[in-house]
Amino acid sequence: MSPLSERIQEYLPLLLTGLWRTVAVSLLALFLATALGLLWAMMRTSRNIWLERPARYIVEFLRGIPILVVLFYIYFVMPDMGIDLTAFQAGIIGLGLIYSCYIGETFRGGIEAVDRGQVEAAKSIGMRHGKMMRRIILPQAVRISLPPYGNNMVMLLKDSSQVSVISVAELTMQGKMLASSTFDNMTVFTMVAALYLCLTIPLNIVMRRVELKMGRSR
Amino acid sequence: MIRFENIHKSYGHHEVLKGIDAEVEKGQVVCLIGASGSGKSTLLRCVNGLEDYQSGGIFVDEQKVDAHARSIHDIRTRVAMVFQRFNLFPHMTALENVMEGPVQVLRENKDEVRVRAEEHLRRVGLADKMDFYPSALSGGQQQRVAIARALAMRPEAILLDEPTSALDPEMVGEVLTVLRDLAEEHMTMLIVTHEIQFAREVANNVFFLDSGRIAEQGTAEEVLTRPQNERTQEFLRRVSHLM
Ligand SMILES: Nc1ncnc2c1ncn2[C@@H]1O[C@H](COP(=O)(O)OP(=O)(O)O)[C@@H](O)[C@H]1O
Ligand SMILES: [Mg+2]
Repeated sequence: MSPLSERIQEYLPLLLTGLWRTVAVSLLALFLATALGLLWAMMRTSRNIWLERPARYIVEFLRGIPILVVLFYIYFVMPDMGIDLTAFQAGIIGLGLIYSCYIGETFRGGIEAVDRGQVEAAKSIGMRHGKMMRRIILPQAVRISLPPYGNNMVMLLKDSSQVSVISVAELTMQGKMLASSTFDNMTVFTMVAALYLCLTIPLNIVMRRVELKMGRSR
Repeated sequence: MIRFENIHKSYGHHEVLKGIDAEVEKGQVVCLIGASGSGKSTLLRCVNGLEDYQSGGIFVDEQKVDAHARSIHDIRTRVAMVFQRFNLFPHMTALENVMEGPVQVLRENKDEVRVRAEEHLRRVGLADKMDFYPSALSGGQQQRVAIARALAMRPEAILLDEPTSALDPEMVGEVLTVLRDLAEEHMTMLIVTHEIQFAREVANNVFFLDSGRIAEQGTAEEVLTRPQNERTQEFLRRVSHLM
């Protein structure tokens, strides 16, 4: 075998394309999950049962299915219904849907943790529901939800490795292919793990900073 | 200005207001007194629809208050409220708190509102605290911001629910001073309070609420100095013991 440094240089480009795809899948799924999560949270905290119920059922339903099955469903079953998706798109949608449930619950917890007095104060100056949510409740709920949201971000990033099962060539998938062609499991998977840490450690640090800053302005 | 006609209100089977008839006239200060649990907060909250009532009617300038109707938003812009626990918006500065209603709800011009909001904050003695967040203010200062927030809506009346009860004793005075000034300018106010001395000074009328009924009402002098009702006498004796 060639020296370690040479092997690292040889593997790195392939793993970096995987890393790039991991970042892309995670970011796009995070956008989807955040937007949908916000929607679920607003629906679930509304007093209108025609909003509350559907959101509750959707969230419970999705949370009851393993990620892999959701991914298979979107990638393999949707085409039968006439919706053709690339593996990349299916991965983003599947991951985004699943995480919209976790993030939605996080936001809901945040909304419910906002002091009841805030609702009354907002109402007492004549605010309607929508504006009250936007201007008074959500800004406070977001602050409260920030730490668990950060955890969700890191978990989503790690769970993005699951989309390899529908052949998205992200970091884990690239590692697996590289390992099976070189038999250099040790080096390859150490590099894969290190590359994940290159994402998750800075993410954790940033989250902690933001939390501190947010905590101060209260 | 605010008229109560035979108001009944229950939480489940528990009847909290048992037929309230009373009126707050324009420019009057009315103090609402009574033991804890007698229904004072509930009565106040019915006026701006934070609670609904089952029968009777509350009228704000002849407009009937219905917590579930669209008109409630309009009534709330005309009748402001000050809470026991201030309820300032913690993510906004004092100035932003005061500007929020006029800008966001009344859709008034932001620059004009700012000038007015600064004036209100100055007048409650907070000229140097405008850009502070509530967390950096004392209880007394927060409550004064809350009063400025209410005034900024240019309300026809203000409801105040025990505005000094959550304050440390040394801060009660500064809030009462602000309220005294408002009373002198004939701001219509309905104030729930345990500050009997304050009520004596500023109230035109006093309502004594006893288990969901107005047991006695009249001028401050009549109710607080020469109460006729036994329950009122007993209540005043108990409160004055605490002083
Ligand atoms: N949201 C509620 N649900 C059930 N009972 C309530 C609620 N709010 C108040 N009550 C009851 O109504 C009565 C009057 O309460 P309140 O108006 O707060 O009295 P006060 O302000 O005079 O102390 C009390 O017995 C209280 O327990
Ligand atoms: Mg009360």
